[in-house]
Amino acid sequence: MINYLKNNPDNVSEWFFAHVWLSVVPVVLGLIIALPIGWVASHYRWTYPPITNLAGLLYTVPSLALFIIMPSILGTKILSPINMVVALTVYSVALLVRVVADGLNSVAPDVRAAATAMGFTGLGRFLKVDLPIAVPVITAGLRVATVSNVSLVSIGALIGVPQLGSLFTTGFSRYIPGIVLLGIVLCLVLALVLDGLIILGGRLLTPWQRAVAKR
Amino acid sequence: MIKFESVVKKYPDGTVAVNGLDLVAPSGKITVFVGPSGCGKTTSLRMINRMIEPTSGTIWLDDQDTGKVSESTLRRGIGYVIQHAGLFPHRTIVDNIATVPLLLGWDKKKARARSLELMERVGLDPNFARRYPAQLSGGQQQRVGVARALAADPPVMLMDEPFSAVDPVVRGELQDEFLRLQSELGKTIIFVTHDIDEAVKLGDQVAVLKVGGTLAQLASPAELLTDPVDDFVAGFVGRDRGYRALGFESGTLDAASEQTVKFGDDSATVLRAGRDGWALAVDEARRPLGWVRSAAVPSGKQVGPELLHRGGTLASVSGSLRAALDAALSSPSGRGVLIDENGALVGTVTAAEVVQRIESHLHARRDQHDEGAVSGG
Repeated sequence: MINYLKNNPDNVSEWFFAHVWLSVVPVVLGLIIALPIGWVASHYRWTYPPITNLAGLLYTVPSLALFIIMPSILGTKILSPINMVVALTVYSVALLVRVVADGLNSVAPDVRAAATAMGFTGLGRFLKVDLPIAVPVITAGLRVATVSNVSLVSIGALIGVPQLGSLFTTGFSRYIPGIVLLGIVLCLVLALVLDGLIILGGRLLTPWQRAVAKR
Repeated sequence: MIKFESVVKKYPDGTVAVNGLDLVAPSGKITVFVGPSGCGKTTSLRMINRMIEPTSGTIWLDDQDTGKVSESTLRRGIGYVIQHAGLFPHRTIVDNIATVPLLLGWDKKKARARSLELMERVGLDPNFARRYPAQLSGGQQQRVGVARALAADPPVMLMDEPFSAVDPVVRGELQDEFLRLQSELGKTIIFVTHDIDEAVKLGDQVAVLKVGGTLAQLASPAELLTDPVDDFVAGFVGRDRGYRALGFESGTLDAASEQTVKFGDDSATVLRAGRDGWALAVDEARRPLGWVRSAAVPSGKQVGPELLHRGGTLASVSGSLRAALDAALSSPSGRGVLIDENGALVGTVTAAEVVQRIESHLHARRDQHDEGAVSGG
């Protein structure tokens, strides 16, 4: 494990950083797309069941299959990382739509009524009242989506997109378990670091939650 | 002035929440909407700032048809206090209160200064400014709710059961402070409650609404208690209404002067001062402290706090006959204690004397009635 790292530092670090952006970019894109859809699902109550059911259905599509059919949908090259970014964004949206809707629904009815009565209108109310209050719920969803992405990205090695998953295929083809182990450790470290960053970000956005806990 | 003109709210499923409401809430006064669940009181309130749109009819704010102003303009000019306060959990107290001023585009400094001023006004410790709502008690949160509604100094305030979620003691305090605040501010207020006692205590006029959204009676609290218009109102106003109506009767009572004792007086002094076996103890400023049973002071001993009976309530000499009667009924000596505006003793009065005064009031009222009936006929 250590030997491989010593002998191929460039490969490993290149794969590591490829893994980082393949994990993070889809979650960010997914959140941006899920926000308006989640808002619709929470604002127009009747759309909540169909939207969240559809999202759940999307998530059940096997990832390998999605990676493989992406080029024929997008017209991209089979080895293009774009395929993975789009496919993983789909999964992130699928996970986050429900989370955003539930987060927005977590705003207490009295708070909603008060916001309306104060004269908050559409977007202002979304950005200044509903969204900040939904942050804890959305943060929890982001953590799940990010960690699950770190693991999904590695499957891309099977279709030849280089990242930490390449350590699994290399280790497998050379019968060296140490290389596979290195891949697992690095994936784990990456997942923990990203998870920690999201927790930190969530805390910075919600000083009011800690103030309550301190009481 | 807020004026309802044949206002109807009918839901698509056929439910009629408000059925042809006609009513005027005069400027600078508190109008209370009271009634059982389903009487349309909250719906009526929310139609004023168009959180609910009327199906038909018009609501006027002075000479402005509320249906013809933009919702946000309308709402930013109307203070709103909601049950459970509905504070924004993610904003500090000072920012919660500054909500409407900031929406109106005031600069931050001015809005904050106004917030702090209002915190003082509603009796909140300025140290709470940087706290979050969940760090405050229910009663404190409700004060913040009132301050938030007052922030942009709107002429009109809508209050939807603002004090119903706090315990009775805190509710009483909040009500008293609300009345004090209103006496300073003179807002046009619509106040919704399901509690008839609260309605009678706070309202300049009370609108009793019936299930199905019709107005059963619009009257002053005293009139509501003494002259309910039908069985529904009589039933809703409830028991003890004769007694409760005394809360609106005041009359000068001839207070009998009372010999008093002080802490440190000996048993002989108490025996001399006492009447029917009881003496009233007062402090240096002649504020009543409690009653002392003359026989309970051992000879050679002095009057101290441990000998006081504190059961009696105090009534203001210029207050209601209800308070005076209660003072007499609750007093261990049978003599109700009357005090002046400084809390100092004026004298005492017995229940019989208060009842006599009440009787003469009722006589006078009946005579008026008869005359009215004659001249009217």
